[in-house]
Amino acid sequence: MLGKLTWQAIPFDQPIPLYSAAVVGMMLLAVLLWVAVKGYVPYLWREWITSVDHKRIGVMYCALALLMLLRGFIDALMMRSQQAFAFHAAGYLPPEHYNQIFSAHGTIMIFFVAMPFMVGLMNFVVPLQLGVRDVAFPTLNSVGFWLTAAGSLLVNVSLVVGEFSRVGWLPYPPLSGIQYSPGVGVDYYLWALEISGAGTLVGGINLVTTILKTRAPGMRYMRMPVFCWTSLASNLLMVAAFPVLTATLAMLLLDRYLDFHFFTNEAGGNAMMFVNLIWVWGHPEVYILALPAFGVFSEVVSTFSGKPLFGYRSMVAATMTICVLSFMVWLHHFFTMGAGANVNGFFGIMSMIIAVPTGVKIFNWLFTMYRGRVRFSVAMHWAIGFMVTFVIGGMTGVLLAMPPADFVMHNSLFLVAHFHNVVIGAVLFGAFAGYNYWFPKAFGFALDERLGKAAFWCWFVGFYVAFVPLYVTGLLGMTRRLQHYDQPQWHPWILVAGVGALIILCGIALQAAQLVVSIRSRQRRTDRTGDPWDGRTLEWATPSPPPLFNFAVLPNVKGEEPYWGMKRKAITAMQLSPEPSYEPIEVPRNSATGIVTAFLAFVLGFALIWHIWWMAALALVGAYATFVVFAWRDVAESVLPAEEVARIDRANRSARALALTEMHA
Amino acid sequence: MMLRNLLPAPRLRIFTAVHGASVLALLCSGLAGCNGHAWYPGSLDSAGPVSSGERVILLDSLAIMLAIVVPTIVCILIVAWWYRAANRRSLYDPTWTYSGRIELLVWSIPALVILFLGGTAWISSHDLDPAKPLNPDRKALEIQVVALDWKWLFIYPDQHIASINRLLTPVGTPVHFRLTSASVMNVFFVPQLGSEIYAMNGMVTELNLQADRSGTFPGLAAQINGDGFSDMRFDTHAVSPREFSEWVDAVQTDGPTLDEAAYRLLLKQSARVAPYTYRDVAPKLFEAIASRQLPSGEGPHLTPITGSPVTQASGPIGLTGGE
Repeated sequence: MLGKLTWQAIPFDQPIPLYSAAVVGMMLLAVLLWVAVKGYVPYLWREWITSVDHKRIGVMYCALALLMLLRGFIDALMMRSQQAFAFHAAGYLPPEHYNQIFSAHGTIMIFFVAMPFMVGLMNFVVPLQLGVRDVAFPTLNSVGFWLTAAGSLLVNVSLVVGEFSRVGWLPYPPLSGIQYSPGVGVDYYLWALEISGAGTLVGGINLVTTILKTRAPGMRYMRMPVFCWTSLASNLLMVAAFPVLTATLAMLLLDRYLDFHFFTNEAGGNAMMFVNLIWVWGHPEVYILALPAFGVFSEVVSTFSGKPLFGYRSMVAATMTICVLSFMVWLHHFFTMGAGANVNGFFGIMSMIIAVPTGVKIFNWLFTMYRGRVRFSVAMHWAIGFMVTFVIGGMTGVLLAMPPADFVMHNSLFLVAHFHNVVIGAVLFGAFAGYNYWFPKAFGFALDERLGKAAFWCWFVGFYVAFVPLYVTGLLGMTRRLQHYDQPQWHPWILVAGVGALIILCGIALQAAQLVVSIRSRQRRTDRTGDPWDGRTLEWATPSPPPLFNFAVLPNVKGEEPYWGMKRKAITAMQLSPEPSYEPIEVPRNSATGIVTAFLAFVLGFALIWHIWWMAALALVGAYATFVVFAWRDVAESVLPAEEVARIDRANRSARALALTEMHA
Repeated sequence: MMLRNLLPAPRLRIFTAVHGASVLALLCSGLAGCNGHAWYPGSLDSAGPVSSGERVILLDSLAIMLAIVVPTIVCILIVAWWYRAANRRSLYDPTWTYSGRIELLVWSIPALVILFLGGTAWISSHDLDPAKPLNPDRKALEIQVVALDWKWLFIYPDQHIASINRLLTPVGTPVHFRLTSASVMNVFFVPQLGSEIYAMNGMVTELNLQADRSGTFPGLAAQINGDGFSDMRFDTHAVSPREFSEWVDAVQTDGPTLDEAAYRLLLKQSARVAPYTYRDVAPKLFEAIASRQLPSGEGPHLTPITGSPVTQASGPIGLTGGE
């Protein structure tokens, strides 16, 4: 009846996952109870869960990322403390548990923190910057988000029901094959990523279509803000790379479930093929994450330097160069696999070439600040912290692209330090910069600056204290994923790295405090005009938070930085542009398709992991039926009357007019 | 090959100058001197030509890039500070958004650095190719390596002996390794000797290393391969050629033999196996493993999810007594 699922699947004898899951479960239950008691359920259902508004979906992506960041960070703390204790000792985590933790840490941080954070920011910002009312496929957007959420739920269910993968964040066969990993851990990993990967793919298709097909009148390609360009590059990479991931993992699933032999030792399987395929996805993935972050920094540096971005065309060229080159470097992840010198040399050079457009970007940000008026807001702190940190990460990356140097650093802690240097230094710093920068746009009030800066400094210092020691231990010959070790030279550095993790913990605590304090004092921090940072791009032309339809009248773009132009004009003329004539606006209707499909996908994944075939069949049929019901709907849109549009827009116009008179007073 | 012929020795000379500076820089950064150990057992404490060649590449590339990176970081901080909004002495020019000269500069600086490093990457990939013999004039010692769950088997085919979890090499003699795996993917790594290389089932990879001084150099498995991963370590003893031949003689007279039956016992998962040797090895055993005529490692026994599968063995596997 329940396949492989028995009471034995719940690890009653392992207190750590059970207690932590119990605590999390209790907290979740408490929140749900509070929501129910307060009567927020209908509101949440109507305004958020079934919403197909790109802004709401963007916010939910970011919220999911922040939540998962906590989970992934707890894993990081456990790894650091295990290695701190496990010198000449066994530590407190046995290998079968420790291996699950580093596998979960990597999987969660990449797929359920970095990805949703970036996708969330793009979802929220891109249509606003393009000057349009929504994304191309609003309901598909909702499906994409909920599939991602379903994948992350599956990963977290593995804490209490069964186990998670023990083979690293990328499941190299044959270790991940059924012979060497007979448990359900790898299945949890595979189904979670198949489901969330499908979500990412539809999200990518949606944003590529949005950027290519739905821009405001006059918004030519070379007038798009750089964030839109980097989003385009990132989403093109998603569309090109994620099917590779899905197919590769599907082949591994066929090996595990139906006795295929794509990657097995026997019957002509070839495990090296998996390694090649997974990195054909894996390297573009790095840029899927990094490019939107570069976009965020471009917006932030330009806004807070009070200048347009230096070398806009260069930036666009660099972005698209990176987009193309990122598919030609995958072999640098395994120079030590014994490919010949020509192959290694070629991929080494290709990898280094990516450093050129990336270096150009750094210099362009530098020259954007040059002759500017730099305001050190929280977002700008993250941007400058990023520039300094990322230069170092890029340097160690080029070092690892040098094949003979990689021969002694492959799989060492030097490598671990390098990719944390770029993923934290670029992607996470970028996410936090974007979070602080666009928060007032999303919620109508700004985040606390003092706590935000304190959090930045903890993260910044903590990052260096945590990862410089890993560079050192890597050079001292320490490899990754060691559950215990005996080398006395490594131990002091590992202890220092643990201190670094604790400093980062302070940073996270301060960020939580920043959010709580800001919410409680939101009345004082209200952003009435919709333009709290003296912005330059179209999202700042809307009220904060923007109404469902974003723009009462679609902007007519006449150059780069259209909002800056409008604003200059209004300031010179000492009055706003004349009131437009308002018309009714069609908005897409809410749909439960996303959450229902994703819930059924979650059930499908769970049933397949535990071999509960009837449940899998029901879920699959149900998910398909949901799609059919959605496709047969009669009314797709509702109409917002012109009076309502006028009311909302006039409120914002009067706030802006007031700000204008205050400026001249 | 053309490039290599064009650029033979000067490359090394350029590097020696940079190299001295970079080593100094690293020493100053406090990397070196920690708690009384002569050096540390890492990749930078090279004990052979391969690792010292790789160290040169590593440190010199680092030094070249630091020459760009450090000024860039300093510029970022200076520019950000000087052009702070509160500084009324700094020039504010919001129309300054393009400069052809600077564009040329920002593309060419990284491009030139990468041109130089890319050339180095190409040449050094060939110079330090793991499969390339170190000294074509000298016959290399052949060692066959089998990665097992979770122990290392070293077969000396010409000496007809084998060793578990302990590698002996004669100082000053090039060693030619041929590696395969009995089960999952693994990486063979002796940091002080240099170059890691994957060991994979059904495939043979090649690696050439040499120890230039005697000593004990820790070796490890560098690719996660299951629960016994952290214990899959071995010591490499680089000894004088005389000591090496004495060791070979001693091993040949005592201990179990490694035939197919004994090998099948090795396929069972076990960790923390104390080193021991086989006095004789069945001919062509390595080839039989690499060509999958012998089965793959067994994988874990299907124990309950929470059971600890790591077993510990202290003597020769499947035998009592032994050495």
